[in-house]
Amino acid sequence: MNAVALGFDRTLLELKMYSREKEAVFFSFLFPILMLALFSVIFGDEMEAGGSQMSAAEYFLPGMISAGILLTSFQTMAMSVAAERDDGTLKRLRSTPMPPVSYFLGKVGLVVTTALAQQVLLLAVARFAFGVELPDTADRWFTFAWVFGLGAFAGTVLGTAYSSLATARTIGAVVVAPMLILQFISGVYFAFTDIPSWLQHIASIFPLKWIAQGMRSAFFPDQLASMEMAGAWEHGRTALVLGGWAVAGLVLCVLTFKWFKRGTT
Amino acid sequence: MTAISIRGLEKAYGSKRAVDGLDLDIETGEVFALLGPNGAGKTTTVEILEGFRTRDAGEVSVLGEDPHGANRLWRNRIGIVLQSSSGLDLLTPREILASTARSYAKPRAIDEVIAAVGLEEKADVRIAGLSGGQRRRLDVGLGIVGRPELLFLDEPTTGFDPQARRDFWELIRSLASEGTTILLTTHYLDEAEQLADRVGVIAGGQLLALDTPANLGGRASEEATVTWLEQGQRQSVRTATPTLEVRRLAERFEGEVPELVVNRPSLEDTYLSLIAPHVAAHDEPASHDTGRTNSIAQEVSA
Repeated sequence: MNAVALGFDRTLLELKMYSREKEAVFFSFLFPILMLALFSVIFGDEMEAGGSQMSAAEYFLPGMISAGILLTSFQTMAMSVAAERDDGTLKRLRSTPMPPVSYFLGKVGLVVTTALAQQVLLLAVARFAFGVELPDTADRWFTFAWVFGLGAFAGTVLGTAYSSLATARTIGAVVVAPMLILQFISGVYFAFTDIPSWLQHIASIFPLKWIAQGMRSAFFPDQLASMEMAGAWEHGRTALVLGGWAVAGLVLCVLTFKWFKRGTT
Repeated sequence: MTAISIRGLEKAYGSKRAVDGLDLDIETGEVFALLGPNGAGKTTTVEILEGFRTRDAGEVSVLGEDPHGANRLWRNRIGIVLQSSSGLDLLTPREILASTARSYAKPRAIDEVIAAVGLEEKADVRIAGLSGGQRRRLDVGLGIVGRPELLFLDEPTTGFDPQARRDFWELIRSLASEGTTILLTTHYLDEAEQLADRVGVIAGGQLLALDTPANLGGRASEEATVTWLEQGQRQSVRTATPTLEVRRLAERFEGEVPELVVNRPSLEDTYLSLIAPHVAAHDEPASHDTGRTNSIAQEVSA
């Protein structure tokens, strides 16, 4: 079989393993959907942003979309690659004639499938359970698509590179804590404008803030652009920052990826 | 035909010389057992042969190629039985065997492999639910699913119960009878004696002895020891002609000789006397290693 066919086969195997791991399904796949439901139940229709009244589901949807992208790409990759390096799965794959690229294609297949399924589910719950009006113009969906694509790609390569920072035993803490902090300071859980400006500047270094801003531009009324740091949606800069992280992550992956755990070669 | 050829192999970790000028040839179709104490350089040597480790010096040829940087076609011809990993827990033996088989050019049929390793009843059960012995047999299944010409087996029966070991030996014998070259590392001398055509003993990164299990260290020609009880005391005689000695005793005692024993050194005795000078000398570097990084120590002792 060629590398692409083997990559497809790896994707199916990865999906089998992912779906059988209840913790992964709960904490990365269903988590943003549960959070959206929770916010909606707690805050109801009483959110207010930029002078206009919104339901909590409308208000939090872009943030949950963004958190979901990072959970299914960055967190999935960082945790699974670290575990597979530690428990010898990568070494075992290396001992077969499987081309290395097939392993990565399998991971990409896993991320693409789970991330897309998660977004569809999230949008469906928002629309049908909480009555959120979804965008009705093509250019808004286009914005959603490229922010999603760039964000998921950057998350995938950065997660793979990040996996080298820890062992399977420590990776849970090493990933989850920074992710949680990043979600808070990037305006996923509450209005980005409520965050002190020095924290806003720190958040602006990382991709999540830009994914969230891009998603707000796709789902929020245009007049809310004035609530952003720059007073505008900044599509150009968003693409630049996310693209930069994607390229940097890819280079880091190529330079640092190890098939064997530390100290064994 | 030579399956594996090693000339002047050297590998050091810091100041510790794990492999120190090793020469060895393993013939095609041979079952070869590599014996040695922890830290002897067994695992390092095998991992260099598998293409997983770099070497500092020396020539290595495995199936006619240098394993360092060998390509997919070479990987297609070898099988490696690795230590079980928990990364397989969520799959079933059939799923992982089928997936692994797909990257080989001429894999064995999955059902044939499952039957060969005796996992018929567990083929569709999550691997998390398998016993240690069953997992080990699955590891072997993963090693042979690609129909390798050369199979690496690193301490295959550690943790097996006696029946599982016997079954496992049968499996190895049947692979050998099909012409598979097998390189085995083990701590169990009886395992080497049962399976191997030839045995190599290494310690301190060097080959100390190389022979058939029966002849290792001059065992076959070694004098036998005859012992018996006489006047409340154990008497013993070392002799090249034990049968004659026993007949002489039988005549002297006019029948039954009390507590008569005729003994030759076992493979274990020979092995222990071979490595004795190295075990004490190598205790220190080994523990130094443990202090430096855990994983290296694990790998070297594994």
